[in-house]
Amino acid sequence: MDAKKWDKVATGVLTLIAGLIVLLLASLLGYILIRGLPHVTWQFLTNPASTFTKGGGIGVQLFNSFYLLVIAMVISVPLSIGAGIYLAEYAPKNWVTNVVRTAIEVLSSLPSVVVGLFGFLVFVIQFKLGFSILAGALALTVFNLPLLTRNVEDALKSIHFTQREAGLALGLSRYETVKHVIIPEALPNIITGMILGAGRIFGEAAALIYTAGQSAPSLDFTNWNPTYIASPLNPMRPAETLAVHIWKINSEGIMPDATAVSAGASAVLIIAVLLFNWLARVIGKRVYRKMTAA
Amino acid sequence: MDPIKASLLKKSRAAKTESRGKLISLLCISLIVFIVLAIFYFVASKGLATFFKDKVSLWRFLTQSDWNPSLKDSHGRPEVGALPMIMGSFGVTFLAALLATPFAIGAGIFMTEISPKRGEKILQPVMELLVGIPSVVYGFIGLSVVVPTMRHIFGGSGFGILAGTCVLFIMILPTVTSMTVDALKSVPRHYREASLALGATRWQTTWKVVLKAATPGILTGVVFGMARAFGEALAVQMVIGNAALMPHNLISPASTLTSVLTMGIGNTVMGSLANNALWSLALLLLLMSLLFNLLVRLIGRKGAMGR
Repeated sequence: MDAKKWDKVATGVLTLIAGLIVLLLASLLGYILIRGLPHVTWQFLTNPASTFTKGGGIGVQLFNSFYLLVIAMVISVPLSIGAGIYLAEYAPKNWVTNVVRTAIEVLSSLPSVVVGLFGFLVFVIQFKLGFSILAGALALTVFNLPLLTRNVEDALKSIHFTQREAGLALGLSRYETVKHVIIPEALPNIITGMILGAGRIFGEAAALIYTAGQSAPSLDFTNWNPTYIASPLNPMRPAETLAVHIWKINSEGIMPDATAVSAGASAVLIIAVLLFNWLARVIGKRVYRKMTAA
Repeated sequence: MDPIKASLLKKSRAAKTESRGKLISLLCISLIVFIVLAIFYFVASKGLATFFKDKVSLWRFLTQSDWNPSLKDSHGRPEVGALPMIMGSFGVTFLAALLATPFAIGAGIFMTEISPKRGEKILQPVMELLVGIPSVVYGFIGLSVVVPTMRHIFGGSGFGILAGTCVLFIMILPTVTSMTVDALKSVPRHYREASLALGATRWQTTWKVVLKAATPGILTGVVFGMARAFGEALAVQMVIGNAALMPHNLISPASTLTSVLTMGIGNTVMGSLANNALWSLALLLLLMSLLFNLLVRLIGRKGAMGR
């Protein structure tokens, strides 16, 4: 066989591989949605879970997932913006900065189960928070900080240096330049990264098993006082999230309709992730249009 | 002091906000570094207790295959041989990387050399979606599709290293692919033009020139994928069968470092030997993650020297 024929064969094989991968994703999504969506009813989304009988829902878990996400983001967004500003604007080029960057790299590549164990040891036991939303949110913060920080740093660094010079030439201090000139311009990228990060921690389970706990006590949705023990807003209650719930019912196997519930919950989780991806794109674009008058 | 001199010597408002802003951002970054140090300190102090406080020899921990920390062996020493889990972790990691690499390279070549347009429009979003799917969902699919399939084909329970490999293969595929694409894209255009001008076909150019030049980048991607596979906990735990036995074939129940950790840490008493032994596994996991990081750096340096 000559070179031209080989070229055709290789092209065919590579196209086949690409096609297979697309097929793989399509069948994954199709499987989850076809198996799961028939179970997703309003009742399923709002009822509390039942351990021993059929027909339980995921209401509490769904609420916990969102609440935990909000608290984790409230803690990690300001921290990552501060850290990103330092790395992009102030960090001198020396070995200390190199060590800091390495530390962030190492943190971002740590297995999430190690982060979860650290959270268990420090937040749950040492800080005596117990299995609680707060401990879970702190663990998620540790898990999410390096990626958010890198995202903020990249967003800030992509702004042209003439913008900084313009700010300084107007007599602004460096910090004021960052705050009033650089951050507004970098905002679309920062927001996109934050939403993608939110999607990532929404599906995270390994870091939460031993920090936010594996039980979801029923909530009283009429009492929103954060100090009341069954209040949905109480940050000190154990809170099993949707992702943890899927893991839990599959590895314990006492729930009679575990497969159906996990299929439904997986479908909800995937739709949420798709939604986060879509939102990241749309909001990023909209903010960009608003900020730049383009 | 007269008011003019005072106002000249006093820090201006702008200078104050500047130093305050700088301080705040410095505090944020210090906190992150502090967290990293704290993780190492806590995991290491717990993990080393097995060897220093409970006097288990490191050699025994790494080479024996009896994992039963609450029991004692014939010499009256605790049974903490972690070899089955180490084998399990390395097994699924290497097999998944072995399976994912050809697919990733194939997809990467398709996206950069053959059809960049379709690559960007179809394959790129596909990879982003695959990354976004939570690991428990992969675990659930593994449990309800892969494990029954294995059971059907090979008999037995279906749980085991092979099932874990299949799940991890899908999970690391997007990581390896996207880094392969970056590596292929960074090969200068004139390499391809020179090769094509010599009369080489597209495949000859890709195989003999582009892939050679992109090798360090592709290797980096593979190592990143392996790091992800090694640290993945729940998806693997759901399909591997969780038996702390030496895996003698690919379809018998086995376990990994992460699966034993997720199962065990809640069922042992803090400070007991059984608990400390689990923390030693966590320390091992941490060190492996560092090793993968180091490998990436070494490959990067070597790649930079080759240019």
